[in-house]
Amino acid sequence: MGHITLSQVTKSFGDVNVIPPLDLEINEGEFVVFVGPSGCGKSTLLRLIAGLEDVTSGHIAIDGQDATEVPPAKRGLAMVFQSYALYPHMTVRKNIAFPLRMAKLDQAVQDKKVEDAARVLNLTDYLDRRPGQLSGGQRQRVAIGRAIVREPAAFLFDEPLSNLDAALRVNMRLEISELHKQLDTTMIYVTHDQVEAMTMADKIVVLRAGNIEQVGSPLELYRRPQNKFVAGFIGSPKMNFLTGATAAAYDAQTIGIRPEHLEVSRDSGDWKGVVGVSEHLGSDTFFHVPVPDSDDPLTVRASGEVDLKRGEEIFLTPIQEHLHRFDAQGLAIR
Amino acid sequence: MATQHSRSAARIMMAPAVVLLLGWMLVPLTMTLYFSFKKYLPLRGGDLGWTGFDNYVRFVTSSAFWPSVITTLVIVGGVLVITVILGILLAILLNQPMWGQGIVRILVISPFFVMPTVSALVWKNMFMDPVNGLFAHLWKFFGATPVEWLSDVSMGSIVMIVSWQWLPFATLILLTAIQSLDREQLEAAEMDGAPPLKRFAFITVPHLSRAVTIVILIQTIFLLAIFAEIFVTTGGAFGTRTLTYLIYQRVLESQNVGLGSAGGVYAIILANIIALFLMRIVGKNLDA
Repeated sequence: MGHITLSQVTKSFGDVNVIPPLDLEINEGEFVVFVGPSGCGKSTLLRLIAGLEDVTSGHIAIDGQDATEVPPAKRGLAMVFQSYALYPHMTVRKNIAFPLRMAKLDQAVQDKKVEDAARVLNLTDYLDRRPGQLSGGQRQRVAIGRAIVREPAAFLFDEPLSNLDAALRVNMRLEISELHKQLDTTMIYVTHDQVEAMTMADKIVVLRAGNIEQVGSPLELYRRPQNKFVAGFIGSPKMNFLTGATAAAYDAQTIGIRPEHLEVSRDSGDWKGVVGVSEHLGSDTFFHVPVPDSDDPLTVRASGEVDLKRGEEIFLTPIQEHLHRFDAQGLAIR
Repeated sequence: MATQHSRSAARIMMAPAVVLLLGWMLVPLTMTLYFSFKKYLPLRGGDLGWTGFDNYVRFVTSSAFWPSVITTLVIVGGVLVITVILGILLAILLNQPMWGQGIVRILVISPFFVMPTVSALVWKNMFMDPVNGLFAHLWKFFGATPVEWLSDVSMGSIVMIVSWQWLPFATLILLTAIQSLDREQLEAAEMDGAPPLKRFAFITVPHLSRAVTIVILIQTIFLLAIFAEIFVTTGGAFGTRTLTYLIYQRVLESQNVGLGSAGGVYAIILANIIALFLMRIVGKNLDA
């Protein structure tokens, strides 16, 4: 259960082509994250899989069955919406039981499933409250509960954490990951936050303007980005890019080096610069160093112990094996 | 509104409005109460002194009283049912994206701008006239005998006319409520396996409950007092005499101000009983 195949799927709204022909394979039990900047078509892609939008052309198969024309309810998928989409006039119990009620299950079976889901999600004490009386995190869990009870072939999450505050987001991230381990069901998760993608995913799908830029495990994407876009999108803070003579020295149009792969020295090194703004996070310090061949100042990660003043002259040396080279089209040179 | 000073300032500034409203309400109410205990026949001797509860007893024991109460309730109930049901359906229809949406919406709302007297006359003469009315022509076209609307189905006709007037109001309020329904909730219900009719019953209708409550409460207040529609169509004949109309007849046709005033007090009581029931039944929708 939970093997989803997209073949040559396209979607246009009127004349606007949102998703050009796209192929994607999602394996059983995988945690797949669609990530990309806003407007890249990741939510549309999720809605196509859910059946809330019709594909313009192409096919979607779920567990080997063609599901392209199957209505959403019959696809055996459950979705958690960005706004949670809880039914405000129903109690938590009724919200979670709603899909079961629609499936006309026995009352006793319904009760048992709701109780089980509530126990898994720590909602037992809140079953008789209404969504309006719950906190953001609790609402989120109710929405997940409503999805769990259906025992779907796959879960679809549409930016589920974007309405939560930072601390809660970290918590829910762990809870969802934990849930995935427990249920061992395919999950497809849409987000614009690459940190969520990196921490939760088995497989990340990086999208730009409807195109899949790269598919791979988080570390694969981090270590071997196929192009400049993926290199710049994955990783935080962003990768530094240099062009001009500095890049030409490496036989590339552009070279990229992550902030954590630059060595700082006061006396000698490849590139010379002057320290600009520094951000102290305690464990790490990020220095912004303007250099000639980069539009933005280079970001350099150093240990929190390193103490450099603004205006101090320093030398930066990239660690050769972590240097990424890109050609004129932005593709990685290997 | 926190300090002692700002609170007393607020009271002073609100005072004129409160006094005006109180006066507006209290003066007619006291006069009604005053006259209801008097034998007051303007063209037959004027003020003939106090009569105690005579007027009250005479008004209730008159054979016209209970039928008029029933008539009032039937009209109010009928119009409420029709406007709420059709209003929900129309609101859903108008919420669909379509060509010329703006103009259609204005057209649907326009009956509300027509004065009650005018619309009732238009209905009476253009649609319901048994000889020249459009309905008569329609009936004849199908070979049927034209219905004498205002005498044979007088109540139905009045309910129809009043519903036509109030449908735009219900539609307007319900349309705004429907527009505020979260699309994701409907999509979630769709994913949860609810077919369109169940989505309507489980998501849309509960979402509309507050708007429906408002429609019911506001319309009831106005419908209890409908007068012009009856005055220009049946003139209270053929079983269309409401409590309001009965009071009008007592005061102006029988020239008995005391008796009419007693009827007015009964009307106040009736309205309050209905309001109490309504608040019990639907008022809880306004909380939360």
